[in-house]
Amino acid sequence: MTAVDAMAPWLAQTDVQPLLRWEWVTDNLDEIVTRGAQHFWLTAVSVVVALVIAFPLAVLAQRRRWVIQPITWVSSVLYTIPALALISLLLPITGLSLTTVAIPLISYNLLILFRNTLAGLDGIDGDVVEAARGMGLTERQLLGRVRIPMAMPVIIAGIRIATVSSIGLVTIAALIGRGGFGQFILLGLNTFFWTALVVGVILSVAFAFAADLLLLGIQRWATPWTRAAGVRAVGT
Amino acid sequence: MISLEHVEKRYPGTAGPAVGDLTLEIDEGETVALVGPSGCGKTTTLKMINRLIEPTGGRILLDGTNVLDQDPVQLRRGIGYVIQQTGLLPHRTIRQNIATVPHLVGWDDSRIDGRVDELLEIFDLDHELLDRYPAELSGGQRQRVGVARALAADPPVMLMDEPFAAVDPIVRGRLQDQFLEIQERLGKTIVFVTHDVDEAIKLSDRMAILNIGGVLEQFAPPETVLREPANDFVREFVGAERGLKRLALMKVGDIEVERGPVVTSSTGADDARRAIDAGGFDWVSIVDGDELLGWVDRQALEGCDRAGDATPRRFSAYVTARDSLRQALDSIVTSRTAVAVVVTEGQHYRGILTLEQISKEIVA
Repeated sequence: MTAVDAMAPWLAQTDVQPLLRWEWVTDNLDEIVTRGAQHFWLTAVSVVVALVIAFPLAVLAQRRRWVIQPITWVSSVLYTIPALALISLLLPITGLSLTTVAIPLISYNLLILFRNTLAGLDGIDGDVVEAARGMGLTERQLLGRVRIPMAMPVIIAGIRIATVSSIGLVTIAALIGRGGFGQFILLGLNTFFWTALVVGVILSVAFAFAADLLLLGIQRWATPWTRAAGVRAVGT
Repeated sequence: MISLEHVEKRYPGTAGPAVGDLTLEIDEGETVALVGPSGCGKTTTLKMINRLIEPTGGRILLDGTNVLDQDPVQLRRGIGYVIQQTGLLPHRTIRQNIATVPHLVGWDDSRIDGRVDELLEIFDLDHELLDRYPAELSGGQRQRVGVARALAADPPVMLMDEPFAAVDPIVRGRLQDQFLEIQERLGKTIVFVTHDVDEAIKLSDRMAILNIGGVLEQFAPPETVLREPANDFVREFVGAERGLKRLALMKVGDIEVERGPVVTSSTGADDARRAIDAGGFDWVSIVDGDELLGWVDRQALEGCDRAGDATPRRFSAYVTARDSLRQALDSIVTSRTAVAVVVTEGQHYRGILTLEQISKEIVA
């Protein structure tokens, strides 16, 4: 059998198969919704859990600089392990469960969120903090009323990066049946059925875009003063 | 009101102290400038008063109580604090910024609103600004909001660190004038830091001139510092033009004015010519009652029966009792008549100032 013969079914199929069969989409609406929910929850859990861990660490690191090194070291090591490798390593321990997928996602988000939150807290104008302290804010009030609100644009930017990268990474979890829209991509690739592939790709990308836009909207809403920065009044 | 007694600040690992052994007594209602070259510890000294920097020696008494015995947070809420870049909270509206300290000390909303309105009026700020963010204001507006915020809870003491350094010279001049007006009304005890000796001269009741390491070279009213600099350091620091700077501090109202050569409209032309000769100038003023019509010279009197028949020329500039001698000097050297004409607020003639009179004041 020649190489061309081996490719024959694939070639034959691409000739006749449309890119998108709507009847397949309508027949599988339930499955699409289920996978969508899975994709959403995996992303949400991995970002929220990572934030719950990274945020206090960043707040701590902002005042106790020595903790930055060990935290960055640990999260960088986690970040360098390929997702597939980490999932395979976890399989014997956590099986085909959600946890197996969530752990790699959370560990990647840790580094992103820790770094961004710390950068946001560090990037605050020192004059503002000093003036606030000089007016009699306690250290706790400085954190809650000055540092964190002022760092918000950078913190939310970190959440956006973590969210979009998580949405992409979830598709890899299709290998253990937890891949959200990635499940359709895998199905399409395995069976040369383009409709599944196209549906998986389009929905994953659309989800990433929608989540990013939503977070951008939240950032605009929560930090109205950042828009003011572009406007300069005249006069004295 | 504020006593610094042998205050010292040393940082570990540095050879000399930032502030060595500084003793200063600041009276209630007084504006004191801490002025000196960079490294003289003026900002360090200021920040030790509200404990943003902790002294390593000596005592600082505020109203008789050692600040080191007080809770720093409570202490700071009772002291107004203004810094160069205003330090306004960028994420809070102007209203929220001004209300910071009243809010911290637990004023209710209606009291805060009333106080904010009052401060807007004092600082000539528009109501529309209240819901804007600091980035939407001009530098001058931000600076005024910064000072208004420091005054919000009506503290008896204000500390200001280079309060007008971040704005351009024209705005700075206007803010300084406004500062003087407001201080005249409120009578706070103010300590401010500046590297600008002219600002210290203009704004302070007394200026403390500091040398490297917080060494106090002279602590005296600006007039005294200019007239009798304590040593070469002070002389060099206040710089050239000490005489001119002193003139800027003295008011026209503080010295006697001469009546100058004056005739009325009905004075005969010959008498007017005699008045010109007697006056020592080549002109004479025509004043009816105390209304100044202008001045005439011999040429203008040609062919006239009475002084009033000639067309008087207007003086190019006038000064009032509230103007400084420096402004009077400017008027003298730039006018054709070589005098400064002194009028009252209602433009009534009082007399003239000459160069000789002014130089007599500087030498005195």
